Amino acid sequence: MRTVRVGCGAGFAGDRVQPAVDLVDRGELDYLVLECLAERTTALGQLRRLADPTAGYDPSLDRRMRLLLKPLARTGTRLVTNIGSADPPAAARRVLQIAAELAVPVSVAAVTGDDVLDRIDVTAPAWEDGRPLIEHGELVSASAYLGADALLPALRGGAQVVIGGRIADPSLFVAPLAHEFGWSLDDVDRIAGATAIGHLLECGGQVTGGYFADPPYKTVPDLANLGYPIAEVDEDAAGVLTKPPGTGGRVDRMTVAEQLAYEVTDPRAYLTPDVTADFTTVRIHETGPDRVRVTATTGAPRPPTLKVSVGYRAGFRCEAEISYAGATALDRARLAGQVVADRLGDLIPRLRIDYIGATALHGDDLGGGAEPYECRLRIAGIAPTREAAEAIGDEVTALYTTGPAGGGGVRVTTEEVIGIVSTSIERSLVEPRVHHLAADR
Amino acid sequence: MKVRLAEVAHSRAGDKGTLVTLSLIPYEPRHYPDLCRLVTADLVRDHLAGRVRGQVLRHEMPNLPALLFVCRRDPDDTVTASLYLDTHAKSLSSALLELIVDLPDAPEGHPA
Repeated sequence: MRTVRVGCGAGFAGDRVQPAVDLVDRGELDYLVLECLAERTTALGQLRRLADPTAGYDPSLDRRMRLLLKPLARTGTRLVTNIGSADPPAAARRVLQIAAELAVPVSVAAVTGDDVLDRIDVTAPAWEDGRPLIEHGELVSASAYLGADALLPALRGGAQVVIGGRIADPSLFVAPLAHEFGWSLDDVDRIAGATAIGHLLECGGQVTGGYFADPPYKTVPDLANLGYPIAEVDEDAAGVLTKPPGTGGRVDRMTVAEQLAYEVTDPRAYLTPDVTADFTTVRIHETGPDRVRVTATTGAPRPPTLKVSVGYRAGFRCEAEISYAGATALDRARLAGQVVADRLGDLIPRLRIDYIGATALHGDDLGGGAEPYECRLRIAGIAPTREAAEAIGDEVTALYTTGPAGGGGVRVTTEEVIGIVSTSIERSLVEPRVHHLAADR
Repeated sequence: MKVRLAEVAHSRAGDKGTLVTLSLIPYEPRHYPDLCRLVTADLVRDHLAGRVRGQVLRHEMPNLPALLFVCRRDPDDTVTASLYLDTHAKSLSSALLELIVDLPDAPEGHPA
């Protein structure tokens, strides 16, 4: 039976670059997918674009394309990616520039239509807290999650590189599979099967042994050389997950089960723009070393509306840290935290004091055991202005000379916070478009 | 036999808005019915009360087999706007595995 080989060479904006090159060089891929967005990175892209109209795409684009364009061209592998973030056309133009510099022939298509800031109902309640969107703060982005239907015209048009922005992660995989096998997007079981495989692949190394090692319970061979995933998918949307030969990591029942359940809030109804997939029917079988067969996903029709991720300006967050050591480390960290809280008074509306090494992650009940040899005080707060937030860093820095004994290693960071809430939009209000770009500009 | 969940199961944390998802996957599928009986949504809610708010929803995925806990966080405790050090709440999987349960036939030593 014919199979299509799809690999995932990046699972988030900050992901490593080399594994994608290994996939193209050694994975015998038909398609490479790079998933480079999260809720946060989409909003950051919008902010970059507001500050600099040429900078709306993901900043990792140059690094990735300089290494990938030649191997992609040499092997005839097509690329599907959401690296365009807030500006897919600019990303596509940049890919053509880099291709010209490298003397690599390439055709590129950009997919737009996800930016719906001008057409959402800003008085609609946010899914998370029920408050109207507009009450959260100045809205800076509204990105509809586009589906496979938005990508298909670009694939049919023959573009070797297809660049979108906010496209639902599994749809990046569903589209090339539906294109290759000629599936109807109404074929809910096949689309659900492809969605399950896309879901397993979309976080890159998380299905091949990344985010997994917990020795001695769970060990991962050669984690430093972690290989990224490949799916060999057949015309019934069943697939085998594996990874390139000679890479580290592991693909087995355990890694696949962890990733299948990852970020799933209802396993009977995993919602994407393409389908409602039932992950409780999925069967996973080990069929060989680093080979897991995934079958039997079932589906129901897609949701009537599209999800929209809305970004708003949520103020400025300052995080400041200082370390203490010795038998009384935690006591002095607590004293320092109290001193800073007293000095700040009510300047910072939201303030949090943590004792890293003791209770920062899980609080007093789980973390309040033995006295640590060293403890890092962390004070974080969000304020409406950068100046107000920076007062936290100033007071933590002042602990050097005006706090408890032996405090060292102050670090301070302050950044703007883009809050994210969700809403939905009617499909009729969203108009995906494909722009084919010519290489000889 | 009293045993830490880490001895018999593994877990992965995921985040979606103000939700945290935690899978609980037995190393040996034969332990799945016991985990279903012992690791209730309320037990997980109480165990993770340092970060989790309100009801915890538990889903069963007998095909894997796995349990899946969907936990709610404070409305302002989201990945971009949280004041917590671990903004995603990824480390909660390790907290879940610290739960101690009374498992009739817990194995000796570490699997996998």
